Amino acid sequence: MNHETIQKYGDELYAAWLERRTVAPLLEREPNITLDDAYKIQLRFVARRVQAGETIVGKKIGVTSKPVQDFLGVFQPDFGQLTSGMVYTEGDTIDLGALIQPKAEAELAFVLKSDLKGPGITAMDVIRATDYVVPCFEIVDSRITDWKIKIQDTVADNASCGVYVLGNAKGDPRQLDITLAGMVLEKNGELHSTGVGAAVQGSPANAVAWLANTLGALGIPFKAGEVILSGSQSALVPVADGDELVCTVGGLGSCRVKFTGRSAV
Amino acid sequence: MSMTITLSREDIVRLCERVEGAQRRAYAIPKLTDEHPGMTLGDGYAVQLELRRRLVEQGHRQIGWKAGLTSKAKMLQMGVSVPSIGFLTDRMARPENSAISTGDLVHPRAECEVAFVTKQALVGPGCTKEDVIAATDYVLPAVEIIDSRFSGFKFDLESVVADNGSSARFVGGGRARDPRELDLRTLGVVMEKNGEMVAMGASAAVLNHPAEAVAMLVNILAELGESLPAGSFVMSGGITEAIPVKPGDSVIARFQELGSVSMRFVE
Repeated sequence: MNHETIQKYGDELYAAWLERRTVAPLLEREPNITLDDAYKIQLRFVARRVQAGETIVGKKIGVTSKPVQDFLGVFQPDFGQLTSGMVYTEGDTIDLGALIQPKAEAELAFVLKSDLKGPGITAMDVIRATDYVVPCFEIVDSRITDWKIKIQDTVADNASCGVYVLGNAKGDPRQLDITLAGMVLEKNGELHSTGVGAAVQGSPANAVAWLANTLGALGIPFKAGEVILSGSQSALVPVADGDELVCTVGGLGSCRVKFTGRSAV
Repeated sequence: MSMTITLSREDIVRLCERVEGAQRRAYAIPKLTDEHPGMTLGDGYAVQLELRRRLVEQGHRQIGWKAGLTSKAKMLQMGVSVPSIGFLTDRMARPENSAISTGDLVHPRAECEVAFVTKQALVGPGCTKEDVIAATDYVLPAVEIIDSRFSGFKFDLESVVADNGSSARFVGGGRARDPRELDLRTLGVVMEKNGEMVAMGASAAVLNHPAEAVAMLVNILAELGESLPAGSFVMSGGITEAIPVKPGDSVIARFQELGSVSMRFVE
């Protein structure tokens, strides 16, 4: 895919995000689009947000569970870039009016205290470089019509990033079994689903190590202070006006989030 | 929940013999409600308690109870809407890391559970999860190998209760813990079969708290005119879905805070 086409699709996704509307799947229009092309489109999309005043605050890892990988026909995760406009803190109410077709996922987030530069990064390096972990919600959203995504579509669309909320319960990964920590998700006071850290690539730290190595190969920095959303440990939860979600990570604590307003779709 | 018995004593004994034969010789039978569509839950428990009476008479020792069908996933998988209970005997227990024969089972499936060992008697009705935790000596991780004697694992609540809640084998192990030192609601669990993760979840999947399932069990026992004696071993219900196992399979269940339980299956 040539530079102009990559710019065009990156700009198209940026405009769709800005105007809260969807576009047809890229793969339907460009059947030969590669994963490399898709990441280049993502870089353009994110660059437009940065040009408009946002900063890069971290990364998200997606497609980390076997069921999702099977669904998309891939054998590895993907990643997207978190920007300052996506950040909510616990206690905030998320305005669905700013989103298109959002769904929530419960995850463990990592905050780094030193840079992680792949290749050659292992899960042990990840724990060593981690300042703390927190329970979090990622509200994924898609600029692709009806979420009809293949892996190239979601990668180009910045891994379907929407917004995210970090919980206040900080934990040291040296004091917590992040692999076997349970994840309990409640919606409006009722149990919705449960999961466990191991659902993410065998351990969330494995997913972060994969990301460090993948970013290293692409020459993208992975810096101290960045937030990494390590991948969903729950089912996808549709959210609507008035909904309240709570996720609890065993041995760590909870993250609580409320929603208001109506999304575009 | 009504425990009204509608079947005659003769029918109960006959159905019990049918279930006992299927359990002993490991063959599948049609669900009991095919022949007795009006069978009640009370009838199902009457058959189960008759089975227990016969087994105890034959020298089996009851060591506790199990709660079954306690998660949304299990209720959906089995098409029922109320949990059930079944009794456990010494003959069903298998040691940790042992080879479990499937030759005397119909279509076994394994699931991860939190097990409780009590130090005080629990009496319903009105038993709460707080009562259960106060009466618990320790909790431990367990794997239950369930085995419905009904064709295709297809049954209704009345039939599965008569079949002793599909009880077959169980393995307790891992690390005994004081439930007052743990958050029993958020324990993560992973089941691996032959080294591959096949089922995952957290303990809240069991009625939002495993001790809630034990309280429910005690309250069902009260309806049957029984209580849970001190020293009972109670399995609180599958956190994960039940995974089919066959000879050659090796299973390990890993629990947050409770260690792991392993076993393998042979002919």
